[in-house]
Amino acid sequence: MTPIPKSDGDVSRHAAYLPGEPNRRVDREALRARIPGWGADVDPADRPSVPRLRYDPSASGAHWEFPERQPERWPRERSIEHAGLPPVFGTSTPPRGLSGVLRRHAYARYSEGRAAHWLLLIAADRIDAWESHLASFATLRPDNPITETGVLAEFDRHGLSSRIGQRRADRSHLWLDPIVVAGPWLLAGAGAVAAARALRRRRAR
Amino acid sequence: MKAMVYRGPYKVRVEEKDIPSIEHPNDAIVRVTRAAICGSDLHLYHGMMPDTRVGMTFGHEFVGVVHEVGSSVERLKPGDRVMVPFNIFCGSCWFCARGLYSNCHNVNPNATAVGGIYGYSHTCGGYDGGQAEFVRVPFADVGPAPIPDWMDEEDAVLCTDALATGYFGAQLGDIAEGDTVVVFGAGPVGLFAAKSAWLMGAGRVIVVDQLDYRLEKARQFAQAETVNFTEHDDIVVAMKQTTDYLGADVVIDAVGAEADGSFLQHVSAAKLKLQGGSPVALNWAIDSVRKGGTVSVIGAYGPLFSAVKFGDAMNKGLTLRMNQCPVKRQWPRLFEHIRDGYLKPSDIVTHRIPLEHIAEGYHMFSAKLDGCIKTLVVPGT
Repeated sequence: MTPIPKSDGDVSRHAAYLPGEPNRRVDREALRARIPGWGADVDPADRPSVPRLRYDPSASGAHWEFPERQPERWPRERSIEHAGLPPVFGTSTPPRGLSGVLRRHAYARYSEGRAAHWLLLIAADRIDAWESHLASFATLRPDNPITETGVLAEFDRHGLSSRIGQRRADRSHLWLDPIVVAGPWLLAGAGAVAAARALRRRRAR
Repeated sequence: MKAMVYRGPYKVRVEEKDIPSIEHPNDAIVRVTRAAICGSDLHLYHGMMPDTRVGMTFGHEFVGVVHEVGSSVERLKPGDRVMVPFNIFCGSCWFCARGLYSNCHNVNPNATAVGGIYGYSHTCGGYDGGQAEFVRVPFADVGPAPIPDWMDEEDAVLCTDALATGYFGAQLGDIAEGDTVVVFGAGPVGLFAAKSAWLMGAGRVIVVDQLDYRLEKARQFAQAETVNFTEHDDIVVAMKQTTDYLGADVVIDAVGAEADGSFLQHVSAAKLKLQGGSPVALNWAIDSVRKGGTVSVIGAYGPLFSAVKFGDAMNKGLTLRMNQCPVKRQWPRLFEHIRDGYLKPSDIVTHRIPLEHIAEGYHMFSAKLDGCIKTLVVPGT
């Protein structure tokens, strides 16, 4: 690690308090010897995108002024900051269920400039996850938090030795991860057990 | 086909999906031969990016072989080996006509503030990504390019994002000869940013991170000085001390939304999702750069607000520059540097896993296990 020098308390000895040289000098040959390619792009003209915002529509390879429009196979949600539906878009995972209702509302009602837009979408993400988990239990491949979190990698990818003896900043909040990941599953499981017991008690009466 | 599928925060699995079909005359379908897990995929994996839907396939770093092309495709044909930039872009809108390929206005209905990105939530257009056996590639005449015969496939996949973005970060810094450049983050993008800073004439390059194994890589791969911020009470003071109290000329934030180092910032953003991202590294960058200096941001943040120390940036007269990298614009120069031997992108690859092991791959990368820096995914193995 780079040693960090401490100040002797006299500001007049430090660069920030003095005028310095107009241009810093570097030992180019030493740097080139140590670092292959040092200075190859020192001239800004050699860097991509110089000058900036150069108007050159032919550079991209596009052979259209406006692209053909992709068919819209279902009403595609879009930002109200757009003038209409752009010609090309992704078709992964159309909105569905309660989360889909929330997503469509977030897009139809709020611009990207509104926190409500993003907070509704994040809420829809959480609902989508639970809708999907519940739906998976009606399939031959229910969600499995053990395999899907990849947590078994802790055993064959040196989970302990990757952490023990290391000054990792994430150690201060590592305890939160099981709560964030497993907590909702445990709560849902406890809720299901409580509901089943309540149902059994009601039937017993 | 087999594809990685998101099942909710911290959960992914491999599922059978239909092979994607041509949906636009300029589409291509590409059979993926190498993909990568990117640090920004972790923001999706952790549920931080709004409108990340269960069932989506992630993956914006991939190369492959053209399987099928649409009726208007002129520059590619089935069988071509191609590398695909992570940006989806039309090449003809107001922004693309000026080289801002990452800001295309014709490919993302869901948001105007960001362009299209493969496998990166509906906020980035709702496209499935390349951690799969096949992927739909829109605007095949504009985005993908044949992999040069001399280029290794693993070098090519790293050009689709990590290398191009790292170089772009150094470029945004407007580095002048002799500048002191600090890079926060020793992940793949930070390593490439540090390496690129030398190409642009930096006099000193300092990489800051919390993981010793990554800092070791920064010393070996990027010939950088390194500082572990966990060894200092206050990393900003350490940066001032090591620059003779001037501050660095250029600071690059190559960390982004899940930055650690402040319990409150990290937990409120990464765990509770109350911010668009944890701006710890960005705030350190603002406070570590000299007055009148430049902060370059290539770490990814979500669209929600973040607690950024904007007052310090204003009072110090900083230039803040940032964008998603317009990858294809970077390629010609990067190809020259790879061919000349100045850059060897695949040197940072630490793990190669089959697609079937994607859940363990995500956990390993997220938890920083086993010395993981960059994981490649090999479908069909």
